[in-house]
Amino acid sequence: MKLRNAMYSMIVLFVGMFQATIAKAEGIDAAVNSAFASSTGWFVSLIFAPLPGTSFPWIVLWLVVGATVFTLYFGFVQFRAIGHSIDLVKGDYSDPKDAGEVSHFQALTTALSGTVGLGNIAGVAVAIGIGGPGATFWMILAGLMGMASKFVECTLGVKYRNEYKDGSVSGGPMYYISKGFEERGLPGGKFLAALFAVFCIFGAFGGGNMFQANQAHAQLSSVIGDYPGWITGVVFAVLVFLVIVGGIKSIGKVTEKVVPFMGVLYVGAGVIILLMNIDQIAWAFGQIFEGAFTGLGVAGGMVGALIQGFKRAAFSNEAGVGSAAIAHSAVKTNEPITEGLVSLLEPFIDTVVICTMTALVIIITGQLVSDPETGLLLVEGGRVVTADGSSGVALTSAAFGSAISWFPYLLVLAVVLFAFSTMLSWSYYGLKAWTYLFGEGKTAELVFKVLFCLFVIVGASASLGPVIDFSDAMIFAMAVVNIIGLYCLMPVVKEEYNSYFSRLASGEIKKFNK
Amino acid sequence: MSTTLIVGIDGSEAGARALSYTKRLATLIGSDCNIEVVYVIEWSPYSFQTPEENALRNKQREQAISVANERVVAPAIKSLADEGFAAEGRVLHGKVAHLLNSVAVETNAEQIIVARSSASGFSSRVFGSVTANLVMSSTVPVTVVG
Repeated sequence: MKLRNAMYSMIVLFVGMFQATIAKAEGIDAAVNSAFASSTGWFVSLIFAPLPGTSFPWIVLWLVVGATVFTLYFGFVQFRAIGHSIDLVKGDYSDPKDAGEVSHFQALTTALSGTVGLGNIAGVAVAIGIGGPGATFWMILAGLMGMASKFVECTLGVKYRNEYKDGSVSGGPMYYISKGFEERGLPGGKFLAALFAVFCIFGAFGGGNMFQANQAHAQLSSVIGDYPGWITGVVFAVLVFLVIVGGIKSIGKVTEKVVPFMGVLYVGAGVIILLMNIDQIAWAFGQIFEGAFTGLGVAGGMVGALIQGFKRAAFSNEAGVGSAAIAHSAVKTNEPITEGLVSLLEPFIDTVVICTMTALVIIITGQLVSDPETGLLLVEGGRVVTADGSSGVALTSAAFGSAISWFPYLLVLAVVLFAFSTMLSWSYYGLKAWTYLFGEGKTAELVFKVLFCLFVIVGASASLGPVIDFSDAMIFAMAVVNIIGLYCLMPVVKEEYNSYFSRLASGEIKKFNK
Repeated sequence: MSTTLIVGIDGSEAGARALSYTKRLATLIGSDCNIEVVYVIEWSPYSFQTPEENALRNKQREQAISVANERVVAPAIKSLADEGFAAEGRVLHGKVAHLLNSVAVETNAEQIIVARSSASGFSSRVFGSVTANLVMSSTVPVTVVG
């Protein structure tokens, strides 16, 4: 009964917010903004609060410390086991009898389509635009460390997932925190799991939905010209509705096929540009290394570059946030550790490969303006001066456009598609958190899905800064709870790890002949 | 020594032709002939899926197998048994040509019997037909029924 009341009050809150924001009148927009800012501002400030005496948000340090602890605890698993991870993705260790079930490759690519997106295109440009080329170095480092966080959370996601009688599965931090804590006799598991689920729902409505719709609209209007955001919102909402409520699988299927294609096209274009300027790659890496430790004149110097790099890596690959554990938990395997090993490729592909490539293209195509006399970057108002004054997606677009003139149009399509596929992924993450709290019923699911679609329209039509800030904060709040859970449960992963690798070494686990 | 024949069926009219030819061949071979009926559900471990599809995958796989069994494989086995042939069946997920061949190797079969698929024109030229793939890659003799 309590749960039902809680659900109703959440619905009333959401619908209230929706009604208030969909009205296009600016006065109402502003009213909602200030109401939201005053009621949730404290939470946002708390999550993004800087460490005393610095401008370094403690939450970023929290993620980096977590990643470092996992890296050390598992003896640099991300470097030692990556070869085995690739063998697992190739299916060398998959039993042919399991054909038709979710393969490691499918679990990995599904999770990737939730993380590859704006972070790789816009986030990198923001990082370099503020932190200079050196931010790239810290971003790569954070990506490499984040691989260990993913490894831990995805192993646990599979180990403690719920497998229902009808063959469907549900997994994620809310399941491993509640079941794992109980198993180890630790207190507070149920509470932390519920807290995670609440953060995850808000994160799904915000960063996984409104932010994506908002950015997709911004991109479309940059090409088509200014038009009301609600049009984009309604179109997106209808498409999302058709997929998640209407069960029109074809749209989801098309997205899932087009998105990897766009990803390959994006990386391919990047590689071509780098090959065209192959003589400058060494110079670009020089800038990255030099900038990492000196800042090359950016605001805050080395620390400024470091903050931007770490922050954008965390935004981009979501390692430690717990979202990927939900996506990875559907895989068919009897060894949870194998999915952990596969998942560590995710931050590698997302951050180390794709983000680095974007960064190199921006640096090599000469988008960052430096002082010819001192060699230091020109900085104005805390930002590095760029060739055409652009920042964010526009900076990436200008960098690619300077080498391939028609690429910006393709980039708009890519951003829109990435946004759509990220929305679909987060609708699922949010739904899993929702059903964890309210039970797996058709009505409860429908309520969530309809609300999700309504928020697409809100996100696209309004420029609600505080709402977006709040939802970003929610995604990071997920990481606070999740990493506490990971610290408490990492001995479980260690046991799995030791057992698996000793059986692999003894030849008990071997490749299948196909 | 018994002889095993593999017959690939897919619930279509072509599959029925392959089955009736297999019966004829089995009659010629005599009482020592085993027939293995194989139905392959085309599937790749390298396709891209949504999270929801993944979560329901196990359930859908079971459903697909039971539907294929009920509608195609079981009736085929029954018709073979009714006519006095020793027959077994299986439903598998994967690539048709690859799986028919591996079942043949595994059961030490004499030959694989399939029917010419009806795909023609552009798509078969671009992607190649299942039959053509099987003929080109099989390590066991293949009979293609016209």
